[in-house]
Amino acid sequence: MKNIDTVGHVTGKSVYLDDIPTIAGTLHAAVVGSEFAHAKIINININEAAKIEGVVKIILHSDIPGENQIGGIIEDEMLLAEHEVHYQGQPIAVVVAESERIARRAAHMVKVTYEELAPVTNPREAKEKSLLLIPPRTFSMGNIDEAWRKCKHIVNGTVEIGGQEHLYIETQGAYAYPMEGGYIRVHSSTQGPTAVQKTISKVLGVPMHLIEVDVVRLGGGFGGKEDQASGFAAMAALATHITGKPVKLVLPRHDDMRITGKRHPYSADFKIGLSDDLKILAYEATLYQNGGAAADLSPAILERTLFHSTGSYFIPNTRVTAYSCKTNLPPNTAFRGFGGPQGMFVIESAIAKAAEHIGVDAIDIQKANLLKENDEFQYGQRAENVNAHKCIELASNKFNLVNLKKSIENYNKNNKYSKSGLAIMPLCFGISFTNTAMNQARALVHIYQDGSVSVSTGAIEMGQGVNTKLAQITALMLGISIQRVKVHSTNTTRVANTSPTAASTGADLNGHAVRIATSALKKRLISVAAQELGCSEDELNIENETITLNGKITHLSWQNLIKKAHLKRIALTENGHYATPIIYFDKTKEKGHPFAYHVYGTGIITVTVDCLRGTYCIDDVYIVHDFGNSINSIIDLGQVEGAVVQGIGWVTMEELAFDKKGKLLSNSLSTYKVPDIFFAPKTIECIALPTEGPNLAILRSKAIGEPPFMYGIAAFFAIQNAIKSFNPKHRFKFDSPLTPEKVLMQLYSKDETDITK
Amino acid sequence: MISFILNEKLVSTSNNPGMSLLDFIRYEANLPGAKIGCREGDCGACTVLIGEINDGIMAYRSVTSCLFPLINAHGKHVVTIEGINLNNKLTPVQQAIADNAATQCGFCTPGFVMSFTGFCISSKEPSTQKAIEAVAGNICRCTGYKSIERAAKDIAKAVQNKDLNDPINWLIQHGFLPKYFTEIPERLKQIQPQTISEKKPDKIIAGGTDLMVQQPDSIYRQKIESAFNINLPHEIIISNCTCTISGATTVNDLLKNDKLLSRFPELDNYLMLVSSEPIRNMATIAGNLINASPIGDLSVMLLALNAQLTIINGDKTRQIPLNKLFTGYKQLAIEHEELIQLITFELPKSNATFNFEKVSKRKHLDIASVNTAMLIEIDNGIITKFRLSAGGVAPFPLYLEKTSKYIAGKHLDKGTIAKAFELIDEEISPISDIRGTAEYKRLLLKQLFKAHLQKVVGDEFYKLI
Repeated sequence: MKNIDTVGHVTGKSVYLDDIPTIAGTLHAAVVGSEFAHAKIINININEAAKIEGVVKIILHSDIPGENQIGGIIEDEMLLAEHEVHYQGQPIAVVVAESERIARRAAHMVKVTYEELAPVTNPREAKEKSLLLIPPRTFSMGNIDEAWRKCKHIVNGTVEIGGQEHLYIETQGAYAYPMEGGYIRVHSSTQGPTAVQKTISKVLGVPMHLIEVDVVRLGGGFGGKEDQASGFAAMAALATHITGKPVKLVLPRHDDMRITGKRHPYSADFKIGLSDDLKILAYEATLYQNGGAAADLSPAILERTLFHSTGSYFIPNTRVTAYSCKTNLPPNTAFRGFGGPQGMFVIESAIAKAAEHIGVDAIDIQKANLLKENDEFQYGQRAENVNAHKCIELASNKFNLVNLKKSIENYNKNNKYSKSGLAIMPLCFGISFTNTAMNQARALVHIYQDGSVSVSTGAIEMGQGVNTKLAQITALMLGISIQRVKVHSTNTTRVANTSPTAASTGADLNGHAVRIATSALKKRLISVAAQELGCSEDELNIENETITLNGKITHLSWQNLIKKAHLKRIALTENGHYATPIIYFDKTKEKGHPFAYHVYGTGIITVTVDCLRGTYCIDDVYIVHDFGNSINSIIDLGQVEGAVVQGIGWVTMEELAFDKKGKLLSNSLSTYKVPDIFFAPKTIECIALPTEGPNLAILRSKAIGEPPFMYGIAAFFAIQNAIKSFNPKHRFKFDSPLTPEKVLMQLYSKDETDITK
Repeated sequence: MISFILNEKLVSTSNNPGMSLLDFIRYEANLPGAKIGCREGDCGACTVLIGEINDGIMAYRSVTSCLFPLINAHGKHVVTIEGINLNNKLTPVQQAIADNAATQCGFCTPGFVMSFTGFCISSKEPSTQKAIEAVAGNICRCTGYKSIERAAKDIAKAVQNKDLNDPINWLIQHGFLPKYFTEIPERLKQIQPQTISEKKPDKIIAGGTDLMVQQPDSIYRQKIESAFNINLPHEIIISNCTCTISGATTVNDLLKNDKLLSRFPELDNYLMLVSSEPIRNMATIAGNLINASPIGDLSVMLLALNAQLTIINGDKTRQIPLNKLFTGYKQLAIEHEELIQLITFELPKSNATFNFEKVSKRKHLDIASVNTAMLIEIDNGIITKFRLSAGGVAPFPLYLEKTSKYIAGKHLDKGTIAKAFELIDEEISPISDIRGTAEYKRLLLKQLFKAHLQKVVGDEFYKLI
């Protein structure tokens, strides 16, 4: 079925944060951000700004009644800078005024005097200077030092991976207004309403029960509003707390791009060793995560990079060390894949380089090392219900890989200045928050006297269709039409202590909570029906809004049953609580069973490079994806298509440019380019792998948000292959994103370096 | 007073003429359907339609309302998504998006609906490709566009049998537009033209597609006048051998001129590389020149065509060649109060080849790393005329005079081209910036020069290099 929001969306009636009708007297806020990436604050002069007519208040750190602290994992991030700034755009003051225009104008007139300090923007430099957000972590397996001796081929290399701007089309924002008795209601464009509530409570120094956070939907999130929405919501709430007025803060795009963190750039070194028959025997890597100026979610992202550092492969001997480096960039944060894509990019680079060195196709190495049933992951979990081989086999057959490769060879033979390339990306992505405690959710389900049903959970709707899936689950579990179900806004007063909607777990965690709540309600209702019909409970069911007895329709309808249950004083409300079983992780040993299950797949991408101009287009994307038993194939297909294009964007045109002083140069949509309709692949064909799906996935329908993003990585290697067809002297360069500039330079480079280096 | 019809309602406002139409729609008229994504015309979430009577016919075009100064709305029909919604029924455009699941978070969707609706109204030969081109300025971060392409196919199909003589009524009958659209032409006629104030304006704004990006707050505060209100002819005159374009001609006006298209058969391909449909619907040719951007696409094309400018200041008129207009980075040989009235150039002869090349990070709706245009005439193996221009390789759009002069009169052979490459290197002075390193731009211009040659001699061009 279609997303339940569809009609609202196509008629422009869906309500986003900035569309909420404002209360008379609403004030508007603007952020004053640091001009420098690293500096001491000598003085903040607000005199001129405060004189502007319409300015109500200019808030500095000294106005904060509670703690000036918004760090989620580590308390290392101030809401408003005090004596030093650590990234360009770091908030220093919040101007509150009668209009947004006045607030913005006054913000420009707040004069901050700085003493510039030397910024660090490169993660390797940060590591050299011991600027780390957390101590380094190492995942390992087998005996790597001995393994090298058994290797026939050993290859080293370096990888540079760029970050990525989320570019949710709706920027960050919040609208706060005072209720009675110090209670503040906050509408926030956030993936984590509880994080927002907690942050505001800490900043204002009031208990959490005085802060209500409500979210209807987001105009895109992609991870960018998991943690980073909290600061802006806290600014709006702080302004409300101080002025006693409703305050709206919606970031202009430039501020959003400048202030907020992005996907982490990584720098990495790898060493890979293979046997004669292309088995990877040893893999060693050092990863330098560019964390930015504060921890934000970087420690958790680093962990997932480590989890996915061996990709879809079984490698018996490994040692992967990762450093979370503190630099003077905005604190980098969650973005679809959460560090996984970077870990996978490095192993895929190592395989590509090994293939170049040995003189084989990377696909041969990929195939020879795919995970098999019961293989051990680097982190101790055993692989179960492995679909890695099944996916690549189905993809090879359905899309006729042999022919695809042959037609590309022919094309390249017949064309001098146009070359085609192909690459494959096998996928294995673990599902669960790697922080075990976050794998919990609650659902509050009411059945009203007229038989209509209201569902509230911790899940945030941001286009991924989670509300549609929750409505489907409710209808299915209760045996009623989906028209009877309303999924409400996510609200901390209705559902407390929620985990953010992230890690692709929104439908699983909240769906299971809905399943538990609706099962309990159904059990109670069946018991009422059994009394009414004078039969035993196990003979009864609810199907198509009617109570059935051994599969046969009775006279008792859903509506009547509800009326009777209410008269019998049966509770028609249930709170379902779900905590994912089995999973655990021991950080002292870096071993455990962190994931409920894994998602598998194979992506094939073909590209054509214009070797005269250095431009390229993405031709075909062929995917076999392991959906499990999808409960909504329309929504899931939309997630695959959207994710893969976002992944392709990440490794091709999406280039974050900072100058040496840490100033973001790609600070607008005119300088930071994301795929448009012409850049989208000519075809995306996606086949579902026929599987049953695991029990821990809600109704055996696997998590979908993040995994397909990683298919996009194949575009990078496909372009590298095309460059090599034009320029045989080219040696693979693992420097992402592969912009038209890099492509042209590589097409015409005369790199004679030894292939074995 | 600025008066226009907003959806079904006549509005008259004394709001600042430099306010963006988007701000007016959302915060003054309280119509929240158009969304704020970037405020620089690069996402299309705020797309609306502007209707006006052209040569007696009601015509609609899509624009990004964030860049549309309120003053330019005077006397027009402004249509937001609220203005096309029907009661209890989706339009075929909305239905196609719904049927194909071409909306996820939904924030960009009203913009897509409006761009597609604009396509339904104005397309003469509706095809899937044309429908896709209509949304080329709309960014969606969720869907990956394939579902939107599928919707485009359905939409193109739905307007296959559109009555080209009376499209509005046909679209009303087929549920694309509400009934009130029929009354709009009559109602527009009742709006009096704006009186131009006696007082000199602080600034004259045309399409606004750059000013509204670079200095929206200052435009909001200033007393601005619209170039479209000033007495500038709004036409393209093609005689036997010359073309004269008025300064206030929009980029898309060029594409509506069949005579011009016949002389530049690939013009639509070139202009597809210039911003996006809604921007081309607003941006003017003179604006592109005055903007003085070092990579101005039209500046580069017109330099190769050796365009001459007619510049007016009140009653005074003077002429200068375009290549004397640019004197330094964002520096122009033109006074504050002067306006470009006309742009004139000689049409390429039948033995001439004109070509335009542009490479940017993204092919469409992006600013060039390097762009270049070439005009070449060959007679019996001799190059009788040659003009090469390029953007992104100097502080302003550059006419490569030395290279051009050297090539003219020579044979098109390996020796000539080798020397031309040397001269190109001497003449250009690219800098490293967000659009690429200097080294890249040098290489790229030479590559694009090869692409020009390919246009002249075909796939054998590599024998010349």
